[in-house]
Amino acid sequence: MGKQITTSLGNKTRFRQLVDSFGLPRIIITGFLLLLFISAPIVGADFATQLTNTINRFSWNAVLVLAMVPMIHSGCGLNFGLPLGIVSGLLGATLSIELGFTGAMSFVMAIVISTPFALLFGGGYGWLLNKIKGGEMMIATYVGFSAVSFMCMMWLLLPYHSPTMVWGFAGTGLRTVISLEGFYDQLLANFLKIDLSSIGINLVIPTGSLLVFALLALAMWAFLHTKTGTAMTAVGSNPAFAKAAGINVDKMRLISVIMSTWLGAVGILIYEQGFGFIQLYMGPFWMALPAVSAILIGGASVNKASIPNVIIGTFLFQGIVTMTPTVMNSAFHMDMSEVIRVIVSQGMILYALTRKTEGGR
Amino acid sequence: MNNLLNKKVSVLDLIRNNSVPLMFILICAIFIPLSGFSGSYLLNEIMTRLGRNAFLILSLLIPIMAGMGLNFGMTLGAMAGEIGLILVADWQIWGIPGLILAAIISIPISILLGLMCGKLLNRAKGREMITSYIISFFVNGLYQLVVLYMMGPIIPIAHNTLKLPRGYGIRNTVSLLPMRQSIDNALAIYVGGVKIPVLTLIIIALACLFIIWFRKTKLGQDMRAVGQDMEVARDAGINVERTRIISMVISTVFAGFGMIIYLQNLGNFPTYSAHTNVGMFCIAALLVGGASVEKASIGNVFLGVILFHTMFIVAPSAGTKIAGDSMIGEYFRVFVSYAVITVALVMYEAKKRKSQSLMGQMLAQAQKDEEGKAE
Repeated sequence: MGKQITTSLGNKTRFRQLVDSFGLPRIIITGFLLLLFISAPIVGADFATQLTNTINRFSWNAVLVLAMVPMIHSGCGLNFGLPLGIVSGLLGATLSIELGFTGAMSFVMAIVISTPFALLFGGGYGWLLNKIKGGEMMIATYVGFSAVSFMCMMWLLLPYHSPTMVWGFAGTGLRTVISLEGFYDQLLANFLKIDLSSIGINLVIPTGSLLVFALLALAMWAFLHTKTGTAMTAVGSNPAFAKAAGINVDKMRLISVIMSTWLGAVGILIYEQGFGFIQLYMGPFWMALPAVSAILIGGASVNKASIPNVIIGTFLFQGIVTMTPTVMNSAFHMDMSEVIRVIVSQGMILYALTRKTEGGR
Repeated sequence: MNNLLNKKVSVLDLIRNNSVPLMFILICAIFIPLSGFSGSYLLNEIMTRLGRNAFLILSLLIPIMAGMGLNFGMTLGAMAGEIGLILVADWQIWGIPGLILAAIISIPISILLGLMCGKLLNRAKGREMITSYIISFFVNGLYQLVVLYMMGPIIPIAHNTLKLPRGYGIRNTVSLLPMRQSIDNALAIYVGGVKIPVLTLIIIALACLFIIWFRKTKLGQDMRAVGQDMEVARDAGINVERTRIISMVISTVFAGFGMIIYLQNLGNFPTYSAHTNVGMFCIAALLVGGASVEKASIGNVFLGVILFHTMFIVAPSAGTKIAGDSMIGEYFRVFVSYAVITVALVMYEAKKRKSQSLMGQMLAQAQKDEEGKAE
């Protein structure tokens, strides 16, 4: 009798351990995605097409999710101010086209031009966040919103003239959506592209985009293992200890914010090359939330994140985003995907914010 | 001489403490002549918007008192109010009885959502605002689940004018035409072409009186104590968690009523987006009125509504005059709303840090003195 109780207790604790280390919502989400993948062929959706869509969307979004990592490491919390980085990327993208670059060159120049903007905006943003330690996330959200709505005015007022970008009838003011055809549409995705449709499998892998992400992720991993990187992690996990160890806390945080902003800028350019369009005005407004929930789904918390978190999280999140509509539609003739996406992603952020163990920062 | 200097300092302080309202008075002073609107038109519009928005903004005051910051979760109450209105519209109970019934229906939903919000915020002390902000998105998902999928099969909806053609879910717009402005018109009087919705104003005044009375009750005092310092309040025997939850529940119920008043003025509402921006505009208006994250009065509410909405009315046409494009004005007012909230949040956090470091310095000084005495 007594033995029975202990074994059942032992089982329970083991289950608890698994739940604690992985997190119940994460288990549910992974299970849900597995269910979607299993049920996809049953309801008549082509598995390879689904996988292609998921990988494709992964390649668009992964860098934006990677942009979360430095700020989480330095203790600045989740970067809800990602739109600021995106805005610098958009400035680079539009200026590169305005200056007359085309093809692959326009992509390179977009990154080059957006870099000073990202450094400048990121610097200001980091300076601000150093002034208000402890309240970063709310202010980050509103810095992002203010930046996007300010740029809404600028897109109309700045003297852009390139006929591919401005409104045809007025001759001034940028369009809401700009096609990238002839510029860098699918530039990375087509590099070393693996296309199995010739042998009857609808699987296309955008190797170039994945390689660029791998390169950036590797660089991030290497950076986090340099002296500066470890100092940054120290600042995030225990600022008082880091200060005592002679680390300049404010400088580390500033570097992390600038890195995050620059990755946001590069991330949106990679997103654009996959998507094929530049979205201006209110386009970047809600882009922080999917990235935030993706990294949280991947296993990150408000003050801890790693590269595997980014990869797993982006795959799970984008998997759910792409799979739910098709599977749901063919199974129930009812498109609940939008509602499920909102509940899953916001629920995940909420879960991370209300976890007691990590709340005491 | 000394007196004069003091006075100068106090004037400077006055400007510094009220920089946001002063900035808005300046913006309005520039924009009103540019927009070219007549005085009576402007007054009429401001009166309408005062009646429409004041109650909603009042719902923000109690969580601020309890030290929980700006309640971005007021959207929850707004959704509860909308569900009440949808049901009432389906039962075709119009006019003031319909609105009262909608308010009654909204109460249990608001209480439930408020409890949930309060419980979650208790788990996220120190970051209530970002959490309540995410809660509003999360509950928006639940709202869509209920209104888009459950209304019809689970919650009976009789009239096809409300339902989507597919047979379940509510259409994108819910018309409240038969009860449009029924509160506003009930006792309206006209003064020089300006319509004054007396009944709405009486309801708003009652809400103000409730808040003034509530501040003086035991619970209100407890709430202020919790807002000042949670630990001290706990030592004084106050149930901090319970007090915070109650403040959220009251705020949510108020927001539900406020949304019903807001929507009866408009006469119809977009089912899935009416509540999304309500929180943001109400918070911006309150801050424009001179409130901060930790301190807000009823006066701030009214000054805020008047200044913020004057800017809102005149910005598009003023933008057309300045830049030749009405969209500039539209974007400008959105930008200003966000910028005001950003500035207020930054000032609040900076002040909090400053007082913390000041306290640290005082503690260090005290320790030094102690050591000096020991020697």
